[in-house]
Amino acid sequence: MATAVPSAPAPNPPARLTLRERLPSIGTLGPFVALLLACAFFATRHERFLTGENFALVLQQVMVVGVIAIGQTLVILTAGIDLSCGMVMALGGVVMARLATSMGIPAPAAIAAGIGVTTLFGAVNGLLVTRIRLPPFIVTLGTLNIAFAATQLYSDAQTITEVPPVMVALGNTFPVAGTRVVYGVVLMLVLYLLAAVILRQTAAGRHVYAVGNNPEATRLLGIDTSRVLLAVYTLAGALYGVAALLSVARTGVGDPNAGQTENLDAITAVVLGGTSLFGGRGLLLGSLVGALIVGVFRNGLTLMGVSSVYQVLVTGVLVILAVATDQLSRREGR
Amino acid sequence: MDTSPERSEATPDARARATAGGERPVVLQARGLVKRYGQVTALNGTDFDLRAGEILAVIGDNGAGKSTLIKALSGALIPDEGEIRLDGRVVHFRSPMDARRAGIETVYQDLAVAPAMSIAENLYLGRELRRAGVLGRVFRLLDHRRMREGAEQHLRELQIGVRSMTQAVETLSGGQRQGVAVARSAAFARHVVIMDEPTAALGVKEGGMVLALIRRVRDRGLPVVLISHNMPHVFEVADRIHVARLGRRVAVLDPREVSMSDAVAVMTGAVEVEGARR
Amino acid sequence: MLLRLSSCFSAVLVLGSALAAPARAQVPVIGLITKTSTNPFFVKMREGAEAAAKVAGARLLTGSGRSDGDNAGQVTAMENMVAAGARVILITVSDAKAIVPSIRKARARGVLVIALDSPTDPMDATDAFFGTDNYQAGILIGRYARAALGARPARIVTLDLLPGHPVGAQRHNGFLAGMGLVAPAATANTLGKPDEVVCMADSYGDQAKGQTGMENCLQRIPDVTVVYTVNEPSAAGAARALKVAGKDKTVILVTVDGGCQGVRDVAAGAIAATAQQYPVRMAELGVQAGVKFVKTGKKPSGYTDTGVALIAARSVKGVESRDVQAGLASCFGNK
Repeated sequence: MATAVPSAPAPNPPARLTLRERLPSIGTLGPFVALLLACAFFATRHERFLTGENFALVLQQVMVVGVIAIGQTLVILTAGIDLSCGMVMALGGVVMARLATSMGIPAPAAIAAGIGVTTLFGAVNGLLVTRIRLPPFIVTLGTLNIAFAATQLYSDAQTITEVPPVMVALGNTFPVAGTRVVYGVVLMLVLYLLAAVILRQTAAGRHVYAVGNNPEATRLLGIDTSRVLLAVYTLAGALYGVAALLSVARTGVGDPNAGQTENLDAITAVVLGGTSLFGGRGLLLGSLVGALIVGVFRNGLTLMGVSSVYQVLVTGVLVILAVATDQLSRREGR
Repeated sequence: MDTSPERSEATPDARARATAGGERPVVLQARGLVKRYGQVTALNGTDFDLRAGEILAVIGDNGAGKSTLIKALSGALIPDEGEIRLDGRVVHFRSPMDARRAGIETVYQDLAVAPAMSIAENLYLGRELRRAGVLGRVFRLLDHRRMREGAEQHLRELQIGVRSMTQAVETLSGGQRQGVAVARSAAFARHVVIMDEPTAALGVKEGGMVLALIRRVRDRGLPVVLISHNMPHVFEVADRIHVARLGRRVAVLDPREVSMSDAVAVMTGAVEVEGARR
Repeated sequence: MLLRLSSCFSAVLVLGSALAAPARAQVPVIGLITKTSTNPFFVKMREGAEAAAKVAGARLLTGSGRSDGDNAGQVTAMENMVAAGARVILITVSDAKAIVPSIRKARARGVLVIALDSPTDPMDATDAFFGTDNYQAGILIGRYARAALGARPARIVTLDLLPGHPVGAQRHNGFLAGMGLVAPAATANTLGKPDEVVCMADSYGDQAKGQTGMENCLQRIPDVTVVYTVNEPSAAGAARALKVAGKDKTVILVTVDGGCQGVRDVAAGAIAATAQQYPVRMAELGVQAGVKFVKTGKKPSGYTDTGVALIAARSVKGVESRDVQAGLASCFGNK
């Protein structure tokens, strides 16, 4: 009963990649191209746009959302979402500010306590998702409200001022190539680099992608998916604490009303950066690009004197374009 | 560089001729397995024997207990009664990891691959290779190049034709994807490879490729347990056929000596077999 | 013995009902619903209402939404209060339009509804509105800025609330009018932009966004001379940006609110002048009008200006202002 079975030939050196095989990289290249196009456009509209000073400005304006977006990227890569990120950051900010001012605790300890609180929230999110198996959307919606209320109560809904100099040190600048760059921006870039290396070059990082891409397969292959998820949410919480420190450093105050738009801004940055909301796909550095795109538009439109409502419109259009490009490129690739 | 764990020194043929009477030694064996789910008895005291160097097909109608049997053998569930022996030693699998550690690998029906990740990554998922020295030990950095080369070698040994190990698995055809899943199991299995409906989702040409692949796995010294609904494929590739019915093994058939319709008849209970043949 | 006990008992009954009767018939129940319960502005308003209620012998129920914009929370609070016997509702509306149907329902049941601080849309959906004349607040700080500017050219940056918000428009346009520039009328909802306004950005009343808006505007016009912001948090953010750019001493920064932190910023020189609002006065007027309605049935109507005063550390010629001490005495928030 022999049927003619063609045996597959041994592989040769790679032939030319077809268009189909090239397309997935459009999803990752897209954000960079969009950023370049935006910069080119604004450069033609105002002569101050393309200056080192202006770029340094945009970087420091996005550094808080940028760091939050690292944590959000990790969570979204596991096919989850963290709606509490901005509120948890605000809580961390008022905790560290209030401890250092009215409670007289030395700044480094207060900073550690603030980051500790946000890390705890992250761990709670992670435990609820892994142990009680609640959907991340619901869990983080709950912690979002809890964090918001905690922030308002702990700060009496008042901005905390007179923050010690150590706490705002990251908001100071140093000279680079004729302009001044904020230390916090360097911290943000370092964190991105570290996170990118961990995601690409360690087994733990690859498991984050695997859990988001096919959690059942990951489990069958013996990887503890609960541990991966718990680690991701907890680490995200810690990053929100670092973002809180950057926020305090930038504004000089512990603001209980901070972080309200950062919730969605961080998710926007991640989506614009090409990471798929379905998990398992995406480049961490894309989130930095996504945050920069929003910052560049805000800066550029103000320079042009255009109403901020157009900035909101443009962001919405870009988000849809980003998601559509991602979906289309994946469909072609199948 | 062969990156898979060591196998026993004996060649497949030597092991196949080892026991007296020309019979090959039993690698994986189960006696009297019982599994109940509330009122339903999925396994009703079934036996199982897998010999070295063979492809054993497991066939049975829906509800016959074949997937429950396979889950017990691969550690995905714990039987209520009965015993399982691997190479003569009694084993208790509490999880799929136990079975894997014992050297039994399973190719699941849905393949259990991460579609967005590359072939090399999927091959080594959960068993990643680290770089030598400090970078690997302290910083735990991965050795992507070694994993790519290892994947290339494993796929080449099984003659699976894929251009690049960095391709995402989702860009492959159904048959190639199956090949990657099979290659993964073959690379790390030491004793047994279990395959659950490997040709179910494939067309004629690719199904044929996978059957050839299964033969190559056996020829490299790994016995294969093959669950399949596809009678022509079973008869093309199996050395023996385990027939499951109502939670028991009702017969072991030799595909060279019975016809497909006989096998179907035994499977559905239209024909009773006295004295199961070994 | 039994006779003495029963007469004692009946005496107690009569005495008790004599004491209770006035309470049942005459204590007015007034409900105060604020946007949120934590914003110091509303905390101060509540304190003022409680004090006024005590003086007038009224009972005060309080409630609020969960956050700015939470209309449903306010609707629920209103329903509960009316069910609990409130004959007067004082409300600072979160959503000027969405709350109107619930207010109409309450008024149909004979409840007096007064808007505090922010009017409804349309304004006559409530019986009356007591609040700050935000246009006037803008005029005061505009006049101060013009006088403080002297002979220097006006190169103005405005950090506004958000597009389409009436309070933001009134303050912005009032400021322009006070500066003596061409400005839309008090009823307009669009922001005026004469040539002297070189950059406009939206701050959403938020400190960090105020800082970002100021930084970006400084890129556009480094030689700004006057900055208007819609409230004190955004002013604090703008002040920080100005300080980093080394322009805090040369730029005149004016804003509205009169919170204690804002007045402290005025004292420190970060803000030149602020127009102070009086949430306590709003609450007092509301409670008094409510008590009068319950006792006599007379309703208040129309708009009552609860007053606004200019607070400045340095007074300028021709413009009346109060000093920081006066500002601190009547500010809201932590002193």
